Amino acid sequence: MTTTTDIVGRGAREGRRLFEGWFDELTRTAQEGRPAAYVFVMGSLCEILRTFDLPAVFPEIHSLQTAVRRVADEFLSQAEDEGFSPDVCGYVKADYALQLRGGEHPMGRIPPPSIALLTNACNTYLKWAEIWERMYGTPVFTLDVPGSRRPVNIAGMGPSPGDSGPGARAADPGGFARDLRYVEGQLREIIDACEEVSGVAFDIDRLREVLRLTNDMAASWRRLLQLNRHRPAAFDAMLEGTIYLGVANVLRGTEEGAAYFRDLVEEMELRTREGLGPLGAKAEEKHRLAFVGVPCYPMFRRFYELFSEWGGVFVGSTYTWFASGGLDEDFEYDLDRPIESLAEGILLTVRRAMDSLMFQDRALIQAVDDFGLDGVVYHPVKSCRTVSTGLAASRRAVLDARDVLCLYIESDMMDKRVVSEAQLKNRIDAFFEGLESRRLRREA
Amino acid sequence: MSYAAGVDVGSTQTKAVIVDRHAEIVGRSLISTGADVVAAAQRAYDLALEEAGVEAGRVGGVIGTGYGRYKVEFGDTQVTEIVCHARGAAKMFPGTRTVLDMGGQDTKAIRVQPGGEVIDFCMNDKCAAGTGRFLQSAAAALELHLDQLGPTALRGKRPVEITTTCTVFAESEVLSWLSRGRKVEDILAGVHHSIASRSFGLLKRVGIEDEITFTGGVTRNAAMVAVLEEILGSRLNVSEDSHYMGALGAALFARERASGAATPAGAGGEVA
Repeated sequence: MTTTTDIVGRGAREGRRLFEGWFDELTRTAQEGRPAAYVFVMGSLCEILRTFDLPAVFPEIHSLQTAVRRVADEFLSQAEDEGFSPDVCGYVKADYALQLRGGEHPMGRIPPPSIALLTNACNTYLKWAEIWERMYGTPVFTLDVPGSRRPVNIAGMGPSPGDSGPGARAADPGGFARDLRYVEGQLREIIDACEEVSGVAFDIDRLREVLRLTNDMAASWRRLLQLNRHRPAAFDAMLEGTIYLGVANVLRGTEEGAAYFRDLVEEMELRTREGLGPLGAKAEEKHRLAFVGVPCYPMFRRFYELFSEWGGVFVGSTYTWFASGGLDEDFEYDLDRPIESLAEGILLTVRRAMDSLMFQDRALIQAVDDFGLDGVVYHPVKSCRTVSTGLAASRRAVLDARDVLCLYIESDMMDKRVVSEAQLKNRIDAFFEGLESRRLRREA
Repeated sequence: MSYAAGVDVGSTQTKAVIVDRHAEIVGRSLISTGADVVAAAQRAYDLALEEAGVEAGRVGGVIGTGYGRYKVEFGDTQVTEIVCHARGAAKMFPGTRTVLDMGGQDTKAIRVQPGGEVIDFCMNDKCAAGTGRFLQSAAAALELHLDQLGPTALRGKRPVEITTTCTVFAESEVLSWLSRGRKVEDILAGVHHSIASRSFGLLKRVGIEDEITFTGGVTRNAAMVAVLEEILGSRLNVSEDSHYMGALGAALFARERASGAATPAGAGGEVA
């Protein structure tokens, strides 16, 4: 019989095993010289790759793992010795150094790219892929997702440009249909390219099955995020959420991934039923927070502790939105029309990832209400302008709209040269002192 | 309990304040922090007690603040200088809604509620541009004492434009203006404008609301006060004790804590 002890902590244990298993599979692929595809977390196109049994390499993930394993500085220095500026994205530089090292990574060996599939969700992706093109002659396919800004009634806060939900379609059904055809046409070209690289013929029923598994995973993902409305929250969305995010990306569209998230939901439902918050039995959840941005990987655990020591719990994280490949979106692939539906999913979720810079504040304000937030922590990073631009404006909008405290701290996701624990702690402590003052005043 | 104390261990200077049962300052001290932070905290505290004519045994509570707050080993707990400056400013100038604290290593813009509770704050990140250190660097390049900077800058009629964002490079920019024959007072006026502009940017990020209280070591610089008032288009609250505002806030929290009130103090430990 499965007991509470078996279930609590299972997500972390299994997540680690699956994640290491993914690296092991990449290592075997590299050793056997089999083809592998490079993809990115925003618009990963993993479902297509699964159809051709092409292993997916996520350069963002293997790069950030160099920071988590505290060797990123060696990788960054190597790239900078080759002429890269300190201002260039740390993920790009760590990956470039990895390629120079023949794929040798602290977690295994990464195969070189046989094909690179990317979207325009991040402008750095385009230049990054050109590096592989030059190094290896890798065929690169850039899926151009129209980020149409439709003329709608902004003042009335109706469907906005970038509103990826039904509002976008309702605002301009003709335009949406054109965009959809444009993306679908490109997907069909990608399928042809994958057939060529893998030597495997495209099987639409296989795609249907992969999409079904993604639907399954997405349903669990959404349930997982919603469970954190509970007090105490089920899990810390910045610390644990990032681990789950890694599994979600690399095992998207697989039986293993879908099963993992079903089990994770079971664990989190149990944790909420029994009031087992992420701080454990000894600590009280005092402050409910949302995290905005990318975590500080050079001191990932310590960064979390700077908040948890004060009883702060991240009940939400925008990272679990924009880096989940749209899993959080209320969208389900239609298995009766797999290619068109995949195109629709990509169009909606990639466009939303792009537009989140402009409209993220709305979702955060909603989260303040839905999750009972006391504060919002903005963490712009030097390495990634794509996710950091606009955070100052979002912070202002949230402060204007709701009576919460906001913290704005800058560091990096890769480069420890711009991460100062003393400076971070000072600001974080002051933030919590402010939250404590409010709590004391309200209790008085 | 008759007295309470606050010790503000900053990157360049350590300040201590003793307040009496009416929350009035009765003793204060200011010394260089130096390399021995623990000793500096103790020395500043002892000097403040001496000025107050109070024995340590009559002090009911001590709170440490500033970057070296965990080095106030005789203290009861710690509170960040951000919250302490806000508290001190609200005590000294009850109409305070915005605080600008300019210290040796960082500058803080703080928006507060009546009573000094922090609503929002922003600080300079990553570098010391726009802080007291920037002024020190300019003083070194021009071979002037810090006390001479303000009066000299006030004489400047045609401020030069200091564009660098790096405190280290600012020194070479100052030397470059000197070699081009510009007057020392115009160069210094430019340095003050550069720092004030950065501070203005920080203030805008938290939202500027009158009254604005200026705190920290740079408050003693008359030129900085003048330039800030010009840029802000508003008078700044400044007092003889503005330099001690962080220590004062800490002392006020210590006083409340000693009387049994809860304070928003201390979690976790020192930076590893």
